[in-house]
Amino acid sequence: MSLLQVRDLATHFFTRDGVAKAVDGVSFTLDRGEILGLVGESGSGKSVTGFSLIGLVDPPGRVVSGKIVFDGTDLVAAGEPAWRTLRGKRIAMIFQDPMMTLNPVLRIDTQMVETVLAHADVSRAEALERARQALVRVGISAPDDRLKSYPHQFSGGMRQRVAIAIALLHEPDLIIADEPTTALDVTIQAQILSEVQRLCAETGMALIWITHDLAVVSGLADRLAVMYAGRIIEEGETARVIERPLHPYTKGLIESVPHGKKHREMLAQIKGMTPSLLNLPQGCKFRPRCPRADDACLEEPALAELAPGRRARCVHPHVEALQETLVS
Amino acid sequence: MIVYLVRRLGQSLIAVVAMAVLVFLGVYAIGNPVDVLINPEANQAEVAAVTQRLGLDKPLWEQFVIFIGNLLQGDLGNSFVYGRPAVEIILERLPATMELAFVALVLAVVIGVPLGVLAGLKPDSIGGRSIMAGSILGFSLPNFWQGMLLILVFAVMLGWLPAGGRGQTVEVLGMRLSLFTWDGLQHLILPALNLALFKMSLVIRLARANTREVALQDYVKFARAKGLSARRVVTVHVLKNIMIPVVTILGLELGSMVAFAVVTETVFAWPGMGKLLIDSINLLDRPLIVAYLMLTVLIIVTINFVVDILYSFLDPRVRLSEVKG
Repeated sequence: MSLLQVRDLATHFFTRDGVAKAVDGVSFTLDRGEILGLVGESGSGKSVTGFSLIGLVDPPGRVVSGKIVFDGTDLVAAGEPAWRTLRGKRIAMIFQDPMMTLNPVLRIDTQMVETVLAHADVSRAEALERARQALVRVGISAPDDRLKSYPHQFSGGMRQRVAIAIALLHEPDLIIADEPTTALDVTIQAQILSEVQRLCAETGMALIWITHDLAVVSGLADRLAVMYAGRIIEEGETARVIERPLHPYTKGLIESVPHGKKHREMLAQIKGMTPSLLNLPQGCKFRPRCPRADDACLEEPALAELAPGRRARCVHPHVEALQETLVS
Repeated sequence: MIVYLVRRLGQSLIAVVAMAVLVFLGVYAIGNPVDVLINPEANQAEVAAVTQRLGLDKPLWEQFVIFIGNLLQGDLGNSFVYGRPAVEIILERLPATMELAFVALVLAVVIGVPLGVLAGLKPDSIGGRSIMAGSILGFSLPNFWQGMLLILVFAVMLGWLPAGGRGQTVEVLGMRLSLFTWDGLQHLILPALNLALFKMSLVIRLARANTREVALQDYVKFARAKGLSARRVVTVHVLKNIMIPVVTILGLELGSMVAFAVVTETVFAWPGMGKLLIDSINLLDRPLIVAYLMLTVLIIVTINFVVDILYSFLDPRVRLSEVKG
């Protein structure tokens, strides 16, 4: 059985201006040890999906319907008590901005020890030793000194390592990483990525890597799920999605990444911007920006399996890409 | 840390010196004390004699030099009215005011911070709104009127607590304090509450605003994602961050609380130094006014100094960056 099954998850924000359907009908599954890349632009609902999975959607938002079945238990039905026992222990999360995730007025040892003690009945000394080992594991040298430091004495990359070490303290089954390298330098980004890849392989934990950066995730994830306006619009194995995208939006995303093949070639772009969640277009949500849209797109398509392991939510998918693969 | 302390101490000294000059000039400007002190029927010769005895016939710069010279020796002169050293008279009254201000401060923090955090965590709940409405009353109702209402309710109608005075005192560390006798404590509750109400409202609003801000920070969300109990998230992660501005403001306010407890002291007949100041101004008792103001400056400067040190303990970023600087 898969580790995580998400079925028709809907997380809505009840604002003064109306209901913002940040996540609306998201379904996917994740096996143990698998790495899923959750890709989308700002406002596509990828972060809210992540927070929904760990039960940390802040008011005015809440999970309104759907199932999040984690290791056989539906967390939406079980509610906060179930989440409290899992959070930090079996499901951990890493945030986007390492400058903000560590409490500035508490020492690293305090922040790590409290995490150990939240889920394990051990002595302080034992908890401190576990914290030390976790720091060593993420490649931090002189962990004893580091434990006694405050977050502001660390660089961004170091802080993100500490955050990852904290997430790893209880060897969780699932880590949700919400754009953890976006705020870092490219070289540090690469270090963190390879570190995470190594840790995933070592511990066999599953990972959901939320990002807007296709280049980052394509080298890391086993599978990709592309989100747009609160929905998954395409899903499949990473290499195949990148090489032969089915949805015009995915194709647009991939083409707008500079690849440097041709010097001074104009970069393709997706015209327009993501629609407001309070005022979504009728039918396919990508229709107003889509080069292939016609009247048939006024009816919203379902996420359909177009080839084995390839799903897309589109009336006019790039199926010719699939046929090419069949011919060749 | 030592470099930081020395530099901070230097700043405090400069503030005291600047204040000494201002106080001297200010008091010189408010009028001739001889007119008030002396029998109105005295003749010119008697007036001249008194003026000479008090040293008021000398030119301003010479009076200032004498003042500074005495100040450096810790002598702020004798009171014109009581004929005893002004500092001595004030220091006799100081423990009463300090005690009042200290208890009021503790009340303001112990009651204000939890209420503020509560209101900040649940800003739209009935409890949160009630707390904020209450704090507006605490802010806007005149302090003396609140005091009289407290007396009316708790002393007159309910008869639970005495209406004024200090009650029984005991000597602790050379100061006479009410805090440690049951009778004294009963006398202390109402004036301390009265003095605390305004600061409490301030603390509530400050704590609430900061709680709302801190609660949205990623590190609070991360703390929850680590699986910590809601209690630990609030009492450690949120509280420690909001205490930084609260301590700063309260430090500044403690100074003003000590210095201007005048209203509460008057309403509750509390024999502190605030009442003494008002009397001295009426009598143009220059040395007493000067001594009072200099002591007040010293207290405020000292408190600010202590607050800065406390602050650096609460916020590691201040402590460590200053060491480098």
